[in-house]
Amino acid sequence: MDYKELNLIGSTSPHLRTRDGAGHIMGEVIIAMLLPLAFGIYNFGPRALAATLVSVAGCCFFEWLYRALLKKNNTLGDLSAVVTGMLIAFVCPVTIPYWILLVGDFFAIVVVKQLFGGVGKNFLNPALAARAFMLSWAGEMSTWVGPRTSTPVFHMAGMEDLPGFLGSLFGTFDAATYPTPMALLHENNLSGLQQMYDLPKMFVGLTGGCIGEVSALLLILCGLFLVWRKVITWYIPVSYIGTVAALTFLFPRGNDPVQWMLYNLLGGGLLLGAIFMATDYVTSPVSHLGQAIFGVGCGLITVFIRYFGAFSEGVCYSILIMNLTVWIIDKNIRPHRFGVPKKTRPEAPRPEPAKKKEEAKKK
Amino acid sequence: MAQAFFGGIHPNDHKAATNKKPTEPLPPPARVVIPMSLHIGAPCTPCVAVGDCVTVGQKVGEAPAFVSAPVHASVSGKVVAVEPRIHFSGVPVMSVVIENDFNDTPCPGLAPPKDPGSLTPQQICDIVKEAGIVGMGGATFPTHVKISSGLGKVDTVIVNASECEPYITSDHRTLLEHPEEVLGGVRLLARIFGVDLVHIAVEANKANAAEMLKLKIEEEKAPAVVDVLQTRYPQGAEKQLCQSITGKQVPPGALPAAIGCAVFNVVTTMAIYNAVCHGKPVTHRIVTVSGSGVKEPRNLLCPLGTPIRDLLDACGGVKKETFKILMGGPMMGHAQYDMEAPIGKGTNAILAFCEKEERTLEYPACIRCGKCISVCPMHLQPVFMYQYERAGMLQELEKANLLDCIECGSCSYICPGRLHLVQSFRAGKQKINNAKAAAKAAAEKAAKAEEEKKKEG
Repeated sequence: MDYKELNLIGSTSPHLRTRDGAGHIMGEVIIAMLLPLAFGIYNFGPRALAATLVSVAGCCFFEWLYRALLKKNNTLGDLSAVVTGMLIAFVCPVTIPYWILLVGDFFAIVVVKQLFGGVGKNFLNPALAARAFMLSWAGEMSTWVGPRTSTPVFHMAGMEDLPGFLGSLFGTFDAATYPTPMALLHENNLSGLQQMYDLPKMFVGLTGGCIGEVSALLLILCGLFLVWRKVITWYIPVSYIGTVAALTFLFPRGNDPVQWMLYNLLGGGLLLGAIFMATDYVTSPVSHLGQAIFGVGCGLITVFIRYFGAFSEGVCYSILIMNLTVWIIDKNIRPHRFGVPKKTRPEAPRPEPAKKKEEAKKK
Repeated sequence: MAQAFFGGIHPNDHKAATNKKPTEPLPPPARVVIPMSLHIGAPCTPCVAVGDCVTVGQKVGEAPAFVSAPVHASVSGKVVAVEPRIHFSGVPVMSVVIENDFNDTPCPGLAPPKDPGSLTPQQICDIVKEAGIVGMGGATFPTHVKISSGLGKVDTVIVNASECEPYITSDHRTLLEHPEEVLGGVRLLARIFGVDLVHIAVEANKANAAEMLKLKIEEEKAPAVVDVLQTRYPQGAEKQLCQSITGKQVPPGALPAAIGCAVFNVVTTMAIYNAVCHGKPVTHRIVTVSGSGVKEPRNLLCPLGTPIRDLLDACGGVKKETFKILMGGPMMGHAQYDMEAPIGKGTNAILAFCEKEERTLEYPACIRCGKCISVCPMHLQPVFMYQYERAGMLQELEKANLLDCIECGSCSYICPGRLHLVQSFRAGKQKINNAKAAAKAAAEKAAKAEEEKKKEG
């Protein structure tokens, strides 16, 4: 046989790679997020789906546009823009105007991600940074509808009670603002919470709130799925949620610490944040110990903001603040060097300070 | 189960293609090319000339230094050339080319010692040196150097049959087909180092070999114990294997002897037995020919110096879509471009791949997932080392313990962003060594200039 005809490649080892690429990992995250999305549609009506699709399309479009304009390679294949798009919709109320979603998409993809170099280079979680930016439209970002509302895709004044499919497309939103658990939590109003919500209903997700944050049950299932698939580790979610639980139990508002703690865990975006946002690879520490520290930090700041802050943005701001500390955590937590006894831990070779001093003297 | 090391990966081992196929002798090649460098260390000097007739086992290259190993003729016949020829490292190396006369005349000078039982460790070491034995798991470090540097320091002797690289089954077949020789080598190792028990490390995916070996050990009352280890790459890497067996870690930059360990590959162990008890030097070795591009994967017993082409031909050739031919395993093997390159003492496999197992991306991108850190068996942080290397930050790179990297490839395997991690670490090591050499040269120059100034003054 003539081997000269073969088109052989020469390269150094290794010659084998795992099947699971970045797109594969993001794909599993997307599969996990379909559960909360389905519940969002069930709870808030067809507009939840429409808002998610608009946001995903917006993120993909801006990612494509930026890379095309700057003649860079197309990175849609890693699916991270799809994840960002879904997450932005998940942290918005279902009544959010579509144009605000698109502004958020632009901010997340272009300002937060691409201007810093694209996937893997951003230092803030794009979806949360977008939410923080979108809070400029405070009214639109805090108009809530109640549970089991069939919010139509397009708002049309005076078009109520259209039958069937048309009714799911056009109609009016319930203009009355609905008190979400988060609002009551922020007022430290335990008795109000107890009156309006019972815990099992909150656990299942039959409350008002953002599209993707309401069902604690499904979010926990998603978290277990992602841990099982080794997409995320348990360190950040457990340390984050555990810190919030411990603090709210130890310093309760109202007369029942256990109930207060449970309302704090189930209300607001804590579970969505701890499972999908804080675990974002790019903006969380790489070491397991670092991840645990990151989670505790998020928990501390979340409770601090919920108790003393002017806004009820505990989860969003706490993760963004901890994102900024990731570099220092990563820089200081290093694995134990192989082959060096634990106690006497010599530093890796460094330029000797004594020599430097001598040099300085000479000069 | 023995103790474990940190990290590692679990690739599909693909060993089923060949692990039940008995070793077959390769049809004798028409000519063999024996490079003077089949080991780590100084290349040999040829001691035959064109026109000489040589016999199987006759020395054709003399070792010029301590860290070196002589090479022997693997077939009988006539020397037709002594010239640089293509070598599996990719560059031409001085080689002795022998035309096979197909008689396999054994070398008359080779005879086993009359009483192998009375040999001292030093005498055994000398025989090992003369037989040209090197680490036959792939590293090809001269075995006599390992023995003499370990004498008096070693209390744990490990025979490495873990064979953690995917596809390769040559160690597995050796265990199944030559248990007596392996145990004979084990006895010799036990005597050299004065230990009561030699550990034979086998990964759990070779359970049949481990069971058979256990029975044989009991039957022969051999001074050995079989350690069945978890199937995990790089279980067979020297430092990780020592950790799995003893729980101790080899200090940075040191050899296993520093923690009282000595590791010998199972084929090396068999070669020691054959050299000491039968007077045979290393002339043949078993090679697994496998991979998705090979038509009929087989285990072959080949004379050293056989061109890769002969091995592939014996397996029905390769498929047209083949895009890569490797010598060694897929994790640490070398890609070959010339099929005339000969097989060497460390060649445990020839693999041909036609699917793109490599899965490279045109634009690799790190997503900071940290998976590379969780698989690194040397406790390194490849994600940051890569960034330092790209940015040319050599001091940080050295501080990140880059020089500890064993280049096992686990990080590159697991990386979802498809970064060329190990490749960049090789470049980084080179840069650090170059910078050190440059700094040393500059210091010497400055010292010289100072001296001259003093003289002038």
